[in-house]
Amino acid sequence: MAILKVRNLTKRYESFTLDGVSFDLDEGYIMGFIGRNGAGKTTTLKSMLGLVHPDSGEVEICGLDFKSKELQCKREIGFVLGGFDFYLKRRLSAISAVERRFYPEWDEAGYREYLRRFELDENKKVEELSEGMKVKFSLALALSRRARLLILDEPTSGLDPVSRDELLQIFRKVIEDGGHSVLFSTHITSDLEKCADFITYIKDGKIVKSCEREDFIDSYIAVSGRAEQLDEGLKQNLIGYKQNAFGFTGLALAEKRELLSSLQTARPDIETIMIYSEEPSDSEVRI
Amino acid sequence: MNIVLNNGSETPLYKQIYEQLRSQIIKGELEGSYCLPPIRSVALELRVSVITVKKAWEELEREGLIYTVTGRGCFVAPHKEPELADRRFELAEAELRAALERAVSLGLSDSEIRALLEKLLG
Repeated sequence: MAILKVRNLTKRYESFTLDGVSFDLDEGYIMGFIGRNGAGKTTTLKSMLGLVHPDSGEVEICGLDFKSKELQCKREIGFVLGGFDFYLKRRLSAISAVERRFYPEWDEAGYREYLRRFELDENKKVEELSEGMKVKFSLALALSRRARLLILDEPTSGLDPVSRDELLQIFRKVIEDGGHSVLFSTHITSDLEKCADFITYIKDGKIVKSCEREDFIDSYIAVSGRAEQLDEGLKQNLIGYKQNAFGFTGLALAEKRELLSSLQTARPDIETIMIYSEEPSDSEVRI
Repeated sequence: MNIVLNNGSETPLYKQIYEQLRSQIIKGELEGSYCLPPIRSVALELRVSVITVKKAWEELEREGLIYTVTGRGCFVAPHKEPELADRRFELAEAELRAALERAVSLGLSDSEIRALLEKLLG
């Protein structure tokens, strides 16, 4: 069952348009949201949550229309957009006391368990927490008020590899029961290879692809060959390519595999797919 | 049940899981009606995504190596030894054929390949 449905979300700004964004996320899975800076990731997340008012489009949370059932929908959602940079001088216990009062469904036993599992000390002040701890505290609050859909904007950026790995394992643990889902944006594509079930790729305000991660990767092939093999005909069939002194490397859609039989082919990683999709022409960098 | 994943490999993770379980099943190390652990626990344990494990299970099921009982989980399909032996041969043949093709593409002659194989067999 879809925990999140986004349909034709559109928001026009003077210099940027979020253009008919649609995707679904099922219960019990993790979706990675990727795209360059300025591609529309944060605008999408904020439009979904009503923090930015979209010009058109619909969002459904657990089958409920966001616009008409905003309060109910928001109870199902926990979101972490940017760092926890308010109430810096307050202790965690003071912040959770406020949350507890706002949410009748607050699960105190669960909250204690998350504090223990995430190794959070309630007597600490927000300013004493590392970035990773802040994300974990936000998650603990969201999960304790029984949010089922967690939406995070670049939760792993600024974390060291060990804290990142720990956070990804928390995501996996959260969805293990099959009733929770996580949607997070990231620039760190190795995070996706480690835990994302689905990938949604946005470029210039439009969704390029939203599907299972393996299908996402398998819909492309990485190619390489000698310089003289890169003729005009071949260029037409490549999404992008880069030339160097010894040959070239490029990316194509997997459906063009037969046309590329004279080249070396490989399974690309997500980073490769993004790089060639974003810079299709041969923007030569001379050093 | 043993699964060791190599994150640096070009082989997709679901395929690594599928191949390792397949060989354990056809070698008879996982016996018929052995109950596989739940997909979500395996994903958490191996630190991979749920769909990665799901896809591996689906491949195994498609090959008739495991079956699903709704609400109870996945089980290794009962197989008779001659059948398993056939599967082992099929698999080994495919692997050897691929290696042979590579040797041929390197320009080795039939007799050279034969000699090499003898040498490797000791």
